[in-house]
Order: sequence, then structure tokens, then C-alpha cells
Amino acid sequence: MQESQQLWLIPIFPLLGFLLNGTLGKRMPKAFINAAAVGSVVLSFLWVVKVLAALGSLEAPHIERYFTWFAAGTFSVGVDFAVDRLTSVMLLVVTGIGSLIHIYAVGYMAHEDGYYRFFAYLNLFMFFMLVLVLGANFLILFIGWEGVGLCSYLLIGFYFLENFATDAGKKAFIVNRVGDFGFSLAMFLIVIHFGTLDFGTVFGKAAAMTPETSAGVITAICLLLLVGATGKSAQVPLYVWLPDAMAGPTPVSALIHAATMVTAGVYMVARSSSLFNLAPIAMETVAIVGLLTAFFAATMGLAQNDIKKVFAYSTVSQLGYMFVGLGVGAYSAGMFHVVTHAFFKALLFLGAGSVIHACHHEQDMRHMGGLRKKIPLTFWTLCCAWVAIAGIPPFSGFHSKDAILLAAHAHAPWMYWVGVVTAGMTAFYVSRAMFMTFFGEYRGHAHPHESPFVMTLPLIVLAILSLGGGQIHIPDWLAPVLGEEHAAHETSLVVISVVAGALGIALAYFMYVVSPGLPDALANRFKTLHTLIYNKYFVDEVYDVSIVTPIAQGSRDLLWKGVDAGFIDGIVNGAGSLARGIGGGLRYLQAGNIRGYATWVAAGAVFLVVAMTVMGGIR
Amino acid sequence: MLLNAVLFLPLIGFLIALILPTDLVKRFALGFSLLMFVVSLGLIGPVLANPGVYSFETDVEWINSPMIRYHIGIDGLSLWLVILTTFLTPLAVLISWNYIDRRIKEYYAFLILLAFGMIGVFVSLDLFVYYVFWEVGLVPMYFLIGIWGHERRIYAAVKFFLYTMVGSVLMLAAIVYLYLKSGTFDYTVILSQMASGQLKLTPEEALPLFLAFFFAFAIKVPLFPLHTWLPDAHVEAPTAGSVMLASVMLKMGTYGLVRYCLPLFPSAARECAPWIAALAIIGIVYGALVALVQPNMKKLVAYSSVSHLGFVVLGIFSFNQVALDGAVYQMLNHGISTGALFMLVGMMYERRHSLEIADYGGVANPAPNLSIVFLITTLASVGLPTLNNFVGEFLVLQGAAMANFGWAVFAALGVILSACYMLWLYQRVFYGRASEDLAHHMPDLNLREWVAITPLVVLMVWMGVAAQGFLSPVTVSNARTLEQTKVNVDFRVATPRTPAPEVARAD
Repeated sequence: MQESQQLWLIPIFPLLGFLLNGTLGKRMPKAFINAAAVGSVVLSFLWVVKVLAALGSLEAPHIERYFTWFAAGTFSVGVDFAVDRLTSVMLLVVTGIGSLIHIYAVGYMAHEDGYYRFFAYLNLFMFFMLVLVLGANFLILFIGWEGVGLCSYLLIGFYFLENFATDAGKKAFIVNRVGDFGFSLAMFLIVIHFGTLDFGTVFGKAAAMTPETSAGVITAICLLLLVGATGKSAQVPLYVWLPDAMAGPTPVSALIHAATMVTAGVYMVARSSSLFNLAPIAMETVAIVGLLTAFFAATMGLAQNDIKKVFAYSTVSQLGYMFVGLGVGAYSAGMFHVVTHAFFKALLFLGAGSVIHACHHEQDMRHMGGLRKKIPLTFWTLCCAWVAIAGIPPFSGFHSKDAILLAAHAHAPWMYWVGVVTAGMTAFYVSRAMFMTFFGEYRGHAHPHESPFVMTLPLIVLAILSLGGGQIHIPDWLAPVLGEEHAAHETSLVVISVVAGALGIALAYFMYVVSPGLPDALANRFKTLHTLIYNKYFVDEVYDVSIVTPIAQGSRDLLWKGVDAGFIDGIVNGAGSLARGIGGGLRYLQAGNIRGYATWVAAGAVFLVVAMTVMGGIR
Repeated sequence: MLLNAVLFLPLIGFLIALILPTDLVKRFALGFSLLMFVVSLGLIGPVLANPGVYSFETDVEWINSPMIRYHIGIDGLSLWLVILTTFLTPLAVLISWNYIDRRIKEYYAFLILLAFGMIGVFVSLDLFVYYVFWEVGLVPMYFLIGIWGHERRIYAAVKFFLYTMVGSVLMLAAIVYLYLKSGTFDYTVILSQMASGQLKLTPEEALPLFLAFFFAFAIKVPLFPLHTWLPDAHVEAPTAGSVMLASVMLKMGTYGLVRYCLPLFPSAARECAPWIAALAIIGIVYGALVALVQPNMKKLVAYSSVSHLGFVVLGIFSFNQVALDGAVYQMLNHGISTGALFMLVGMMYERRHSLEIADYGGVANPAPNLSIVFLITTLASVGLPTLNNFVGEFLVLQGAAMANFGWAVFAALGVILSACYMLWLYQRVFYGRASEDLAHHMPDLNLREWVAITPLVVLMVWMGVAAQGFLSPVTVSNARTLEQTKVNVDFRVATPRTPAPEVARAD
């Protein structure tokens, strides 16, 4: 048994921060709130570093078991934490990026009401996210899984006076619940077939099964897990909550809805890689879901005018890339993209937050422009994210996207080509956002000003990571534990994808800088297509008409007013009236005293005994 | 002795309350119910030490002919239900403090008497005594609704009474039949007669007997489609009445299913299980869907109870350890979280004199603490992990999946829907901008309300995180119950699917 590393301390720090700010925060000065909120996350980061330093190369997972959560018969679930190489990557990303975004939020939220509430929720999120990552069985992971969903709900609806914010929060929670439905069913199947939810035991037993017995079951389990992952990681068809989630404060969008929580689905699939490896059909489904998501989300991102919406669709699309990586068996490439995406997408959102902050809460890019000169630091850091996401070598996004595309090509060339087209669109919409925001003339009415140092410092750190993060060789660290082979490196394929990115940038430059009238002309020329994309293919409307409305109306008119009030109560009240009618004749029996009723009860009982004796027969 | 004290303290309290001067009754009720709670805590240690057998047994003759014995005892199944009853009674007194302004003396007397009936149901081991307590519990609730309820209280009270009565009569008939067959009302004796083969019920007997018991319990639970008394009773009842009704009284039904229906008529119960599971699943989904469209907060919570109790029934009739443990745990969880929901709704009613959701909106601003407590309760109710309901729901669904995967698929839809109706309720009541009028009439929680609600919130977290401490006695007694459902089952079973019936007939 290895020496205990007190893993529980990692999530406990933010939990304490949550409790402190949640109970005392209202009466405390900001300095106290900041110290509790930021301090707890930084402590947790430092503890992660200490633990990982002590654990070294992590050839085998380090597991710590604390207590039995609940047990029924032979089935029991323990509160167990584990660290392996996969966890180590997630821990560093979550606490590292988490610390930066907490620091940033001190500046961004400085003038907001409910400051303590915001940080309490954010700390609670960190707690659940770390539980998710550390859990050594499916159910502990699920605690974190649902918990981060709760925090997402609370933070999306942070501005709870506004209907759109609370609607978006509710939508996020419920759509995630649909995904969790699948996740739960997967867990039920796992327990039925393996008798436990413990990762090590389940994966071991699954590997020991013969292919004939394992194929059906494990495919079902993996497909159900995928349903859960599509909810949390905003994949087709459950991605609809994520764009709306931008109603939350921008640091939340960066931390929860870009860098960490939404990658939980990717993490979960990678964690279950030994199951997915046994289920080729499920793997193929993962890849196709990812590809569809990557492609369609990118098209939706082409025509958005809200700067956060652009990045939101971009997140959905990039998550799709990660799923492609998982689906083609390149788990480590998928995880690599999780990491680089966390760098550049957190930066994009924080930068967007800085822009929004500068423009006094303006989010519409049509009212921006020319900000390059006014907020230069924000501009230059955002440029780092820009080249990273566009896949320009040698910056971080290039390396991870490249790894995924190469693996996709090895699996099925057509997937590679869809990925390349998507890469071109990605470069285009991000460039479009950059040009609309920072180039040309300023079109708004505010007086843009650079953000304070507490906000720009995280931007600078993330900019460095976005540029250089690709040099951290995550696949080399992960591939051995995830059981996969490396795709051969083909220079021509790499060149093609880089060219696609460059073309995207060039096209955006042409349309939004060289001849700014062109986009509107094109929109008019292809009106139907533009309307379709601009309105996100009307998917929300279709869901409303086909699911939400029928459920609400059916429940009201058919079930409640029809079955309950009409049918069942009709019978009950009818029986009551009938009894009263008969009772009218027998009124003298109903003197209203207990003895009278008791007589009736006894008489009824005797009658029934007689009836049963006659019909059933006492021997 | 201790169990006798726990059982009869409420009766003594009831009598004292009746003779006390009115202005002392409230304080007396609070003090006395706290005493009841403290005394009942003494039960925990010995039962935990040996949860598989009846502790604190008293078995003395009560009536000579027919032979009726005063036989009581407590095991791992009944322990937490008894504690739940004594635990909630002082809280029910606290939330009635200003709410009840007329006929105060009778009110608190009935509230305490209610505990007498309910504890009696959970501890009696003689079928006749059990039946008496079953009826005793009915009376105070009838008056609580009928006297201190809202506008349509008479309709609701009579509906409640008659519905339950119809079921009770059938159960009484079945009890009498069992007595005629076995010569005793003693539950433990009947069970041992069955185990030894001395008492045999043919399938033709067992099925109607099972159904008679089942019908009584199904009404009490209430199981779809016998649930329509519940929304009316809840809407019309005073807050404390709703709390006790939802938290404890409904559990009389589910407790009866576990204690009596399964061990006494195992083969009939197994035979009917698919049908009952189907009704339970319909109840889960149906209750949730109807809850979704309720304009009245109490009705919404009432329909959510139909949905939640569906999980309990599904767990019971899945016939395995995991599901049964979950079902029993879910009885307690529902008692805590739905009790808290009714309390909170009652607190808002006291402020605004309306139960209509449309009359609220934006409560979070004037009453932040009330909103947070309501949020935690909502989250418990929708089954968020680390809060109590999750453990029960998960075990029930897991066990149901083991029995029949399709059951779990449909039942788990209820988990999605619970988030829909609760979060939508929460949004409409607490979020948005408060009207001027509401902002002025929505003070935050006062000290008395804090004291009433905090223990429940603490339990939601405690039972969600440290579930094993509560579950361990339940598991042991459930294992015994499941063992009993297997005893001698083979020669009483006469389903067409098994080759056994020839043997049964020959016997």
C-alpha cells in the first residue's frame, strides 16, 4: 500500500471556501471573500502539484479509500479517490485554469451585486469538478458530474432577475438530466454485469470477458455512457443548452462552459476507454457524433453577432473534435485537445470578457470595431488564442488538432476531410470575430478602456500557454495507460489542414477588412441558407414544438383535467353520490357517532369474510 | 419498557393537552413532543445492535376471546419510521405556532395524538392491534383537515376518510380470515406457522388476501390510480397536517407492504409484482407530468409525492435486496424532503395567503435565506447526489434494473421530469423581479422558522453523505424479510409457469 497523499484535501479547500463565503460572505469585506475564494483554489492547485510530485511517474493508479457511502446486500459504493496519469492532467488543468479564472473574476465581478454569492458558487463548482476527476468509481464521478451541473445551473442563472438567464439555467440542467438518464442506465447495466462500480474492477472484469459475451452488453453500456457525455459535453443532439449558457457571467463561460466542465464528457469516455475499446460500434458512434457536432456547430458559429455566442459555438465544435479523437481510438489526442482547448478557449472567453468590460457590457460585435488601439493588451493576448485555435504551427491548437486529424485519417479518410473543412470554418469565424472587434472603426458609443491588471495577468499567462502549450507532450504521457497506437505522421495531411486554416483567415480578412460590404451582400444572395444558419437550424424551435409543448399540453389537458379530475375523480365522486343516495334511505344507521361507523365496518368485514369463504373456500 | 413509553407518551400528552388551560397548550405541545423525541432516541442503540430481531418486545394478553395480544416490538425496518414520527412532531408544532389561531387546544391535542396512531402502526406485531392503530391514526388527521383546513376542507376530509376506510375494511376482512385460519392475530406466530408449514394458504386464498391488504396499503401510499384523495387532502390541510400526512402517514402504506404483504403472501406478491410495478412506474411518470402543470404549489408537491412514492412501491416489488433497501430508505428521504417542502410552502402561505404559483415571483430578493433553504430542498427532491433522495432513488432504480431493465428505463424518466417540475416551480416563485406588494410582504425566515427547518436541511445532507449509518439496520431487517418471502414458497406457488402446482394440489 502506498503512502496516503491526502487526496481529499484537493477538493476540500474549495468546499471550505464555498462554506465560508456562503455563510459569512454577505457580511464580510471583499478582501475576505477574495482571500477565501481565490486562496482556496490556489491551495488546491498547490496541493495537486505536491501530490503529483510525490507520486512521480504514476505507472499504476494511486487509490485512496475513505468510507462506505452506502451498501445494500453485496453491492456497495465507497467514497474512493484515485490519481492516475489521466487524472493528473485533468487535475492540473482544472486547478490551474481555475486559479487563473478566479483571479480574473476578482476584477471582472468587482462592481456586481451578489459578489460573495458568485464566488461561493464558483468554489462549489471547483469542489464538484475535482470530485468528478478524482472519483475512483462511476458513482463518485457521478456526484461531481451532477454537482458541476448544479453549479452551472446556478451560475448561468446568476442574474436571476432576468428571465433569459433563469430560462437558460433551467434548460442547461434539464438537458443535462436527459444525458444523465443515459449515464444512470449505463451504471445500472454495469452493476448488473460486474456487480460493482469501481473503475479498476469493472475494467478488469470487462477485459476478462470473452468477446462473444461482452460485445452486446458493453456496446450498450458504452452507448448509454455516450448519451451522458453528449449532455455534459454539449454534443449533437443535446448541445442546445450550451449557447444559451452564455447568459452567465463571462468568467463562468470561460471556466465552466469552455475549459473544464464541458470536457467532463470527454474525460469520462477516456476514463472508460477500456470499455469503449471492446465496443467498436460505440466507438464509431462517438466519432460520428463528434464529427456531426464539430461540423454543424462550426456552421452555426459563422453567422453569430454576439461575441460570446461565436465562442460558444466554437466550444461545441471543438468538443466535437475531441469526440472524434476519442471515437477513432486516439484518446490521448482527444485529451491533448482538452488541454490546449482549455488554454486558448479560456483565453478567448476571458479576452471577450475584457472586451465586454471595456465596452460597458456590449456583446454585439456590430457595435464594436477598432478596439485594437484602445485595449492593446487584450488584443495581443487574444491574438495568441486566435493563432492557437486556427491551427497555425507551432502553436498549441495546431498540435492537438493535428493529432486528432491524423488519427481520424488513419481510421477513415472521409472523417479527416470533414475535420479539415471544419478547421477552415473555425479559422474563419474566429478571424471574423477578431476583425469585427478589433479592426476597422469603432462603431459603439462607450469609451473603451483597458482592464485592470488583475484581469490582464491571467490573460498573459493563458496567452503564453496558448502559444507554447503544444510543447507539453500529453499524448506521450497518456497513450501508454489508455491502450492505443500512434498514427503515422504524414506531412502532406498536416500541410493540408494548415492551409485550410490559413484560407479561413484569409477569407475572413477579405470579407471583413478588405470589402466589408460583402457579408451582407452574401447574406442577401443566399437568404435561405443564412436564415437557417443564423437561427441555428431552428433546432430549439423544433424541440419546443415536438417535445416541450406536447408534454405540457398533454399533461394539463389529458392527464390532469382528463384522467385525474375527469375520469378517476368522476368515478370516486359518483360512487360517493351513489352512496349518499342509498345512505339517504338508510339515514337512521348513520347517526354520526363512532359506534355507528364501527358497526358498519364490522358488518362489511363479516360480509367480505363470508364472500371470500364462499368464493375461495376455507378448507 | 422504553418502547411502551415511546408509544404511550403521545396518548398521555393528548390527555394532558385536553385539560390544560389554552394559553399553555402551545408551549406544552412543544416541550412534550421534544420529550417524546428524546425518549425515542433511546431506541436507536439497542436496535442497531441487533436490527434483525424485534427489540423491546412486549407480549401480553389483551382480550381473552378472541385471543388478542398486546404485542409490540421494533426492528431495523420500523426504527427510523418511529424516530421520523417523533422527530417531526415538534417541528410540526413549531410551524403551527402562529398559523393556528382557533381551537388551539384541540389542534395541538390532535397533533400529538396523531403520533400515537402512527407509532402504533409501526410497532404493533398483532394484526388486530395493528388495525386499531391504523384507524386511530386516521381520526386526528380527519379532524386536522376538516377543522383547520382551507375552503374545501370538508370535501377533502371526507374524501380522505372514505378512501382510506374502503381499503381498511378489506384489510380487516383479510385479518379476520387469517385469524379464522390460524387461530391467532399474532403476526409473528402466523409467520412461524407458515414457516413450519402448519398454516398453508392455497393460491386461491392467498391472492384475495394479498389483494385485500394490498388495496388498503395502495390507497394509503397512494398508488396510481388510487391517488386522487392526496392532492385534495394536501391542499386543504393546514401546513402541519400536510407535513405529517406526507412525511409519515403515507409511509403507513409502504411500511405495510414491506411488513405484511411480502412475508405473509410471498407467492401472491411475486405473482402480482409485474402489475404492481407497472402501476408504480405509471405513477412515477404520471405524477411527475401532472405535477408539471399544477398552478398550485401544494398540489404540485402532492403530485410529486405520487411520483416519489411510486419509486418506493417499485423498489418493494422488485424483490431484491438493493431495491428494497432503496425503497425503505426512500420512505425516510421522502419524509424529510417533502416534509420540508410543505413547511416552506406553508411559510410562504403565512406571508402571502396564497398557494397559487402565479401570485409569487421574485421571492429570492426579499427573502434570500428562505430561497436558499427552498433551493436545497428542491435539489434534495430532484435527487442531487450528496443529498438524501439520491441514494434511495439510485438503489431503487438499480434494484429495479436488476429485476427488469425495462422498469428502470421508464422509471428513470421520472428523474428527468422531477428536475423539470421542481426547477420550473423554483424559477416562477423565486426568480424574476418581485412586485412591490410581494416585496413588502415577504420577510425572510424568522428564528422560529429557522429552528423548524434547519434540522431537516441538516438531515438532507447527513443522509445523503453518510447514508450507510442509516441504511445498515434497514439492510439487515430487509434481508430477513426477503428470506421470509422465499420460505415455503414452492409448495404454495401455483402459477402456470412452474411445474410445482401438481405438488401443491396433491398436498
